[in-house]
Amino acid sequence: MTAFLEIENLSAAIKGTPDRLLRSVSLHVNSGEVCGLVGESGAGKSMIGKAVLGILPSAVEIVEGQVRLDGEDLLAMPQRERRRLIGATAALIPQDPLTALNPSRRIGPQITDRLVDILGWTKHDARTRAAELLDEVHIENPQRVLASYPHELSGGMRQRVLIASAFAANPKLVIADEPTTALDVTVQKQILRLIREMQERHGTAMLFVTHDLGVVSKICQRLVVLFAGMVVEKAGVSDFYANPAHAYSKALLSATPKFTEPFTSLTPVDQTVISAVSEQVEAADREWRHAH
Amino acid sequence: MRDGRGTIKRKAGLKLWLSGGWLAVVAVLTLFAGWISPHDPLTQDLFASRLPPFWAAGAEPGYLLGTDSLGRDVLSRIIYGGRVALTVAIIAGLATAIVGSVLGLIAGYYRGWADAVISRLVDIWMAFPPVLFAILLIAVLGTGLWSIVIAIIVIDWTRFCRVVRAETMNQSQMDYVASAVVAGHVRSAILWREIGPNVLPTIVALLSLEMGIAVIVEAILSFVNLSISTDAPTWGGMIAEGRISIHQAWWVLVCPLIVLFLTVLAFSQFGEGLKDRFDPVLR
Repeated sequence: MTAFLEIENLSAAIKGTPDRLLRSVSLHVNSGEVCGLVGESGAGKSMIGKAVLGILPSAVEIVEGQVRLDGEDLLAMPQRERRRLIGATAALIPQDPLTALNPSRRIGPQITDRLVDILGWTKHDARTRAAELLDEVHIENPQRVLASYPHELSGGMRQRVLIASAFAANPKLVIADEPTTALDVTVQKQILRLIREMQERHGTAMLFVTHDLGVVSKICQRLVVLFAGMVVEKAGVSDFYANPAHAYSKALLSATPKFTEPFTSLTPVDQTVISAVSEQVEAADREWRHAH
Repeated sequence: MRDGRGTIKRKAGLKLWLSGGWLAVVAVLTLFAGWISPHDPLTQDLFASRLPPFWAAGAEPGYLLGTDSLGRDVLSRIIYGGRVALTVAIIAGLATAIVGSVLGLIAGYYRGWADAVISRLVDIWMAFPPVLFAILLIAVLGTGLWSIVIAIIVIDWTRFCRVVRAETMNQSQMDYVASAVVAGHVRSAILWREIGPNVLPTIVALLSLEMGIAVIVEAILSFVNLSISTDAPTWGGMIAEGRISIHQAWWVLVCPLIVLFLTVLAFSQFGEGLKDRFDPVLR
């Protein structure tokens, strides 16, 4: 198996400040594999995905590291070329289906634009493909949905549209940024199953960003645990759940509520563990500062 | 919730219909002024000077809103004056909207040095008092329709630029823009195709407001006799003339004033109504 996405030593910081938001992150996603990226909110999970796709907020800059997509170093490329390469090979399933579709445009062109503009399909082919895709994500009456505006669809429907749109150009890599967080619990399960189904059918590499360890166990083969922008553990999913290596991972796992004991199992991550990892982070920072 | 939405919608609808109705009436009257106006607006009849409007004692049939001191029909003059007002409103309003919005979109989306230059320019521009600026411009350009249009563009593009820039920045943060970036579209395509349509409702609402302002500016300039050629009737010019004979013939002042007031009000209410109608949250 070859790594399709490789991130090496990636550090990012707010422009003009020395404090890093991502601390020398290294990880890889193999072709056809789903890799989970977990951590608490603010750990920098989404930021890694955004750094890969080139949509970091303008206040954040990458200070060091490499992002290789199919062996090509993205950060060394001119911007225009990088955008084209990402547009042709990678896609995003965004977090919030309510804002990720343009409210004043119909669904159809929002899916077909990329096929026509970036991949040079004819309008007719793109339209046919879009209808097929909506059918693939189990939307009934695709033609009607293609002619609809986003506000005419429910949240679950919109997320289905976004998934269809992400897989439209047969991407080699899909980054799913908490794709189920904004949805109802009942819809979450269907969407998760759908993402998995699409990923298997298309053989796509996927970086699955989430804070939900339960979701990771259902969809991922490997996972990466993040704390304060630093990778604390990388493991196969079955190994991780059986025997987490890092103390923080252990604490995170035991903080997952169990529905069999709803009241006693609801424990926060242990404070001593937090301070131990924080020290680790500080040590890494000192070392990094020393090297630069 | 449903009731709340219902009332908002009904109110917006009423606003829209009333203001739109008035504007339509003014537009039709001025467009077909040649057929509709009862008299020639320039013909003087000194034997029929200062006739009162139809409801007052001593009114002559045929002179609905009375006549001025030179015996010219007030209603006909208001209709022909509306022609100038509406022409200025439409041409100057649209041109101002285009200039200001394009600059605002560019500043709000590309940021960087383009934004720095445009925003500083707006700040400096807004330091000038607008009416004095307008009079100065007309003094330089000379009177005439095009001078007024140019003066309004030069004074008021900042109004659009500021608001459109803010709204563009707002829209640029949305996830759908990030999705378009990931899809590999070039920046200009994202600006015009993705962001543009979402800023359009704001522009339309401002445009309607701007048309009202253009009517006022034209009235101010014609009041001080700096509008189009001096013999053509204008609302501002009628108000200036009516001011002299206010004690003998108040209607010469009051009638164009009321029409001016209603028209400006209608423009601003029409804009508000449109904005409510287009707002995706209220829709």
